[in-house]
Amino acid sequence: MKREIPHEVWFIIGGIILFVGVLLANQVLNRYLIHILILMGIYSVATASLNLTNGYTGLFSLGHAAFMAIGAYSSTLLTFPLSLRKSYDLPLLPSILGGPETAWPFLPALVAGGLMAALSALVIGVPVLRLRGHYLSVASLGFMVIVTTFAKTLRGITRGSMGISAIPSYTNIFWTYFWVLITVYVVWRIVNSRFGRAMLAIREDETAAQVLGVYPLKYKLLSFATGAFFAGVAGGLYAHFTKAIRPLEFSFFLTFQIVVMLVVGGAGTTSGPIAGAVSIIALRYLLKPVEERFALYGLIELIYAGLLIVIMLWKPEGIMGRKTGRIGG
Amino acid sequence: MFSFGYFLQQTMNGVILGCMYALLALGMTVVYGILRLINFAHGALITLGAFFTYFIFSQLGLPLLAVIFLVLGFGGLMGLVLDVVAYRKLRGGPEVALLITSLGFYTFIENLMKMIISPQPYAFKTPAFLSTIIRTQYLTFRPIDIFIIVSSILIMISFHFFIKKTKAGIAMRAISENLEVANIMGIEVNRTISLAFIIGSAIAAFTGFLWGAKYGQISYDMGFLTGVKAFVAVVVGGVGSVPGAMLGGFILGLAEILSIAFLPTYFAEYRDGIVFAILILVLLIKPSGILGMKEEVRV
Repeated sequence: MKREIPHEVWFIIGGIILFVGVLLANQVLNRYLIHILILMGIYSVATASLNLTNGYTGLFSLGHAAFMAIGAYSSTLLTFPLSLRKSYDLPLLPSILGGPETAWPFLPALVAGGLMAALSALVIGVPVLRLRGHYLSVASLGFMVIVTTFAKTLRGITRGSMGISAIPSYTNIFWTYFWVLITVYVVWRIVNSRFGRAMLAIREDETAAQVLGVYPLKYKLLSFATGAFFAGVAGGLYAHFTKAIRPLEFSFFLTFQIVVMLVVGGAGTTSGPIAGAVSIIALRYLLKPVEERFALYGLIELIYAGLLIVIMLWKPEGIMGRKTGRIGG
Repeated sequence: MFSFGYFLQQTMNGVILGCMYALLALGMTVVYGILRLINFAHGALITLGAFFTYFIFSQLGLPLLAVIFLVLGFGGLMGLVLDVVAYRKLRGGPEVALLITSLGFYTFIENLMKMIISPQPYAFKTPAFLSTIIRTQYLTFRPIDIFIIVSSILIMISFHFFIKKTKAGIAMRAISENLEVANIMGIEVNRTISLAFIIGSAIAAFTGFLWGAKYGQISYDMGFLTGVKAFVAVVVGGVGSVPGAMLGGFILGLAEILSIAFLPTYFAEYRDGIVFAILILVLLIKPSGILGMKEEVRV
């Protein structure tokens, strides 16, 4: 951590290179490959934000799919085209959100979705993060069940299990990688600050950190809510990419997939989440023809789980992690 | 508007579900007490046990007594395999590593079942002597219901005495109190932990059998929510307390059934949500659970 060199400059240079790369990819590659690249980007945002909680702060949240669902539904409700609202039985916006005549543009809707997710993270975090141990894992998993239950039952807002389709297709490769850059920058900036050092201290030894004057709840909440914000954004990107969302998409398997990406890539590293998301998505699209050809449904998940076990047993620091690095614990 | 018979009937359903949660919670609380591990793979044992009995009981038609012993043995073996293959290697490392690995094992087993058996649910048929319907004035039930309640209570009582009185049970409690000291005192830590996994998994597989016999339908993903709810029962009752785990199981089972039975039908969809709402309430009001002691922090 060389703090005297302005790393922002590197991020700007990196951003320009990324932009040029994305521009080039957009021109050269076919739509299928661009589709895969966008998915890699969305999962990178989700994984990098999970890294803040699970990698750096050493909390083990299993509720990422819930925050993605909240972000996806909130942003969709804000951007949904006016002309279709009636036929889809979706409510018009109340006057506080711009009145019944408005549909929000993409960026503010994404941010609003992220904020909703962060807010719910605060609500769930205050009771749960006071406690030690693995309560957060179970409580966040429970939160995911509660969120999907509501997504199924609040038919007036979410259309129940049918889900919402015909979402405007706003997400493109530029938006996606813009958010990848923002997420990586924010996570990196937090980790290399006073807050980040407090988070790492909590991860390594909560009691020792407390003795040294770190108030754990504050930093845990900060990392949990920031992680949830970007998960919400990733959910919004996902909704405006696939153009249709249903409650069952935001299931345990989505969380599991993001956890696998994080662990495989290397929890608690800057490049790990990206490497994990890219390689796992690539693996999925390589295996998909095999699964369909031989009708081995479940093969992809089976291989994910196998990979997770192998990594945990023999290379727990992940592919980008260094030997000395500990995964949150 | 609700008759006494209806109330009694639903209470019985709740007690039966509670029995199964309590059985699962026993294995979970012992493992959590020793290793601080939320054993997600425990849920997979339910599925494995259910499908194992489906093949030897519904298909092969072995006698009930043989089935009980075989499924217990099968579950125990699976528990031993999981412990030896994975958990033993990770002991002493970060606690989260165990959690992630158990999550991996759960998903691995679930999808293996999905691949080799079927993504469709199976109908679990029980022989006539377990499923003839008996009607009394207030209650309608099948012999399997009585079997579930009696066998669960027997298992719980023997488990309680096992933990309190036997040498192995005392060793387990000693390890959950302090692993290093127990090791110094000459307790064979690895063997005792394996035993905890074997017993917990055997009970979980047996519960899978009960589940299939009671609800008549088994599927590759039946174990996940059930397993997680069993851990919720552990938290509600008090982490590390065996009577607490049983109590938590019964509270959860009754709450789940009675809330569907007496709230307007509209709420039936919230069934799973209610269980986790209870969890969050307990964590807010009394995080150590009903019978648990406050977890002390050792430096």
